[in-house]
Amino acid sequence: MMLSMEGVHAHYGHIHALRGIDVAVQVGEIVTLIGANGAGKSTLMMSLFGSPKASAGRIVFDGEDITRLGTHEIARRGIALVPEGRRIFARMTVLENLQMGAVHADPANYDADIARVYAMFPILQEREAQRAGTLSGGEQQMLAIGRALMSRPKLLLLDEPSLGLAPIYIRRIFQIVRELNRDHGMTILLVEQNANQALRVAHRGYVLQHGEITLAGSGAELLASPEVRAAYLEGGHG
Amino acid sequence: MAYALQQLINGLTLGAMYGLIAIGYTMVYGIIGMINFAHGDIFMVSAFIAITAFTLLAAADVTSIPLALTFVLIVAIFFTSAYGWAVERTAYRPLRGSTRLAPLISAIGMSIFLQNAVQLTQGARVKPIPPVIEGGVELWSTPAFTVQIGWTQLLIIVTTVALMIAFTWMITQTAFGRQQRACEQDRGMAALLGVNVDRTISFTFMLGAALAAVAGVMVTVYYGVVDFFIGFLAGIKAFTAAVLGGIGSLPGAMLGGLLIGLIEAFWAAYLWAEYKDVATFGILCLVLMLRPSGLLGRPEVEKV
Repeated sequence: MMLSMEGVHAHYGHIHALRGIDVAVQVGEIVTLIGANGAGKSTLMMSLFGSPKASAGRIVFDGEDITRLGTHEIARRGIALVPEGRRIFARMTVLENLQMGAVHADPANYDADIARVYAMFPILQEREAQRAGTLSGGEQQMLAIGRALMSRPKLLLLDEPSLGLAPIYIRRIFQIVRELNRDHGMTILLVEQNANQALRVAHRGYVLQHGEITLAGSGAELLASPEVRAAYLEGGHG
Repeated sequence: MAYALQQLINGLTLGAMYGLIAIGYTMVYGIIGMINFAHGDIFMVSAFIAITAFTLLAAADVTSIPLALTFVLIVAIFFTSAYGWAVERTAYRPLRGSTRLAPLISAIGMSIFLQNAVQLTQGARVKPIPPVIEGGVELWSTPAFTVQIGWTQLLIIVTTVALMIAFTWMITQTAFGRQQRACEQDRGMAALLGVNVDRTISFTFMLGAALAAVAGVMVTVYYGVVDFFIGFLAGIKAFTAAVLGGIGSLPGAMLGGLLIGLIEAFWAAYLWAEYKDVATFGILCLVLMLRPSGLLGRPEVEKV
């Protein structure tokens, strides 16, 4: 088991954002979390990093209880996040952003890791010395993914990676998710509004509604489920 | 002309010291968005540490000036950094995540505390030390005026330039500098990447204090007197320098320090010496009104 959340509750200000979440991710899986805006998807991802801290329940990562650890300690255990809105360091160069991804990585792997990221995203190598803030939205998303990969994470979290991108980049993102999982055995937890594509690429999925998991199953099962179809696929998200 | 050249030298010396203190203001502002009003008093504390160290050396009969200066610098940097660390740890960190105003008030409290602590333990009178380095070089002599650069002045300017180069290199080229800048831009994201944000902030305070300590030693050697109140004026002038250069900008703090030093020297030489502080505060008001982002600050366009 890579990750398990057991009865996790979390509050965001006065909002009871997560109400008893049970989610499990096995090694080598792509798991997706779908749900409407405000269902608590991003809060769930951030609660894994202890921000906000779980007010009840526990989170176990790679055999260790991480519920009470600080954000940077959790990151150092081997979880990397590609956050919503990308959050690249706009006033630093592309290369410096990637170096920031390797903060807690073994320096001996640095050359190999940067070569791997550049092979995956050649545009980043071309723009290496450019300030990251001058990249287009799609390029920034590539940078955010590259940055997350620099630490060789055991678990990669992607929060709305396709949001606001041109179709060509959206296709590329889902292709990368598939490649990372298939060729590198990367375990991935993917949060998406684009439920159709997410369920197609994922092994399993969870549906989150008002801070609770209302449905779980394989990607194919959820795609076929009438409730999912009605709520997330036929409303124009597909 | 000769007189102006002399003022240039005096202004550069003054500006170097303001610049060193200003870096502490600007770095702390950059990383946690607060003005550390106790920073001037940290500088004052460092001057007292320097005086104490000089006294100890005199008692131990050390006569080599380079040796003495090195020793005093190391002692001052070490203890002043510890002060910087402790101030952040006790007065600011517990307030992180509360309103923006809270640490500001705490900083003013810390400033008053340090002034009073030093006044109580060291006394309210000015403390003199005998001149450490005497003499200088005559650069240019006209019948009316002789331009001279003192060895102390030369030492101050050279040390400051070297420190600023080293410091710029550290911030732009090293892993720590990168983490420091990342925390400045997005602390939350830096933590998500595994950066220990609290430690980075602590280290920033210690660095700012270390540079203030160098300025404290310089002031002690240059003027030969210190008292518990010197941190207030020097602090506000360095703060003005940081604002003039663009608060949050490192090159801005250096440039601002230089400009404030020069303006003060020339104002005192050609206008009214007794109103030289008015010049600095007039600039502070003007910058805040006309160009709040300062000379090198950034109202910058970024794609989101």
